[in-house]
Amino acid sequence: MEQLIIPAIIAITIAFFSVYGLTPFVIRALEKRNITVVDANKKEKTMVARPGGLSIIVGIESSLIILYVFFPISEILAVILTTFFAFVVGLIDDKKTMGGWFKPLALAFCAAPILLLGAYDSNLAFPLFGTVQIPLLYMALVVFMIPIMGNTINSIDVLNGVASGFITIASFALSICLFILQNYEVGIVSLCLAFSSLAFYKYHKFPSKVFPGDSGAITFGAAYGGIAIIGGVEVIAAIAILPAIINSFLFLSSVKKIVEHREIKNPTSHTDDWKLQTTSENHAPITLVRLLIAKKPLSEKQIGYEIFKLAIFSGILAIITAFMMGVTI
Amino acid sequence: MSIPIFSFIFAMWVLIIVGGGLMVVFIGPLSFSGAGDLDPLINSGAKVLIAMILIFIWVIALLKIKNWIFRKITNQ
Repeated sequence: MEQLIIPAIIAITIAFFSVYGLTPFVIRALEKRNITVVDANKKEKTMVARPGGLSIIVGIESSLIILYVFFPISEILAVILTTFFAFVVGLIDDKKTMGGWFKPLALAFCAAPILLLGAYDSNLAFPLFGTVQIPLLYMALVVFMIPIMGNTINSIDVLNGVASGFITIASFALSICLFILQNYEVGIVSLCLAFSSLAFYKYHKFPSKVFPGDSGAITFGAAYGGIAIIGGVEVIAAIAILPAIINSFLFLSSVKKIVEHREIKNPTSHTDDWKLQTTSENHAPITLVRLLIAKKPLSEKQIGYEIFKLAIFSGILAIITAFMMGVTI
Repeated sequence: MSIPIFSFIFAMWVLIIVGGGLMVVFIGPLSFSGAGDLDPLINSGAKVLIAMILIFIWVIALLKIKNWIFRKITNQ
């Protein structure tokens, strides 16, 4: 345990400060090249740099590479490679808008390092009831996990600071769960993700100076999914991001097909005081944000905080689940 | 505070734990034999089928809860 403390401190320091230090340069470089988008929820139609995925991937990868030097285990290498491939897929999608099926298919291939390096345990662990051995089914789960996590986090990236703040809360909760389960190395990997996203949140929070873009949001999701698999905490990881899963579930159950999020009708509109309210458009999808503003219009900042409250609640449920893993009925 | 959405998350959590229990109790011990080399394939196929049925039931349950929550929010 003691021998993990120094590498952990070095890795999370690199994770935090590389993103914290690099993001302003990325913002300036993007603004200089006019690679900006309109912030649709601002009255003044502010232009915001996008995508900021480069600083996120540098933070995650550099910290994990340092960690891999200390602990050369295939699990860490698998997350390094999977996250990098997912970043490339996201970057392609940022540069050129691909069809709805491109991302899920391309991200499925990103799970290859986990399978090829054998960085998984085919026993699926459930609280209270123990584990179930499903070797072939589990391989399919690994392939599906990365696209699902990537797209789930990407689909919640709709308001200032939400994606980075949400993944910060979820990955801190996941780290606590991994420490409870005494999976310390993977717990440190999860902390690297938590600190990278926390540093990015500083620039992404309301009012955003940068958007993560598909490259950033998918990188967050793929890293999170990879950690869930190598840590054998798939169920706990899913519980920690339940608000994002609900968002995808509501969206899919109302749209009933996989589409690129830019192709869909906006489920919200603005009031005179520029708060968000549900649209009267019948064909607009149902989303978590639409649920939150169904009762009364809320400001962008208020909605973000409501989502964070839901994330904290899910994180607590995930931690309770981790404690329940040690109990068998 | 969005109490109905917190309830929805809690319901999903309960459904995950119950669904996990069903997986461990029913799918885990499932084993077919007699088909020689095809046994692992048949076992996996049967497990996949049951898992799909469980997921289908899970999604139906969630849709019912979602509709109930929506009605509750719009009636408030």
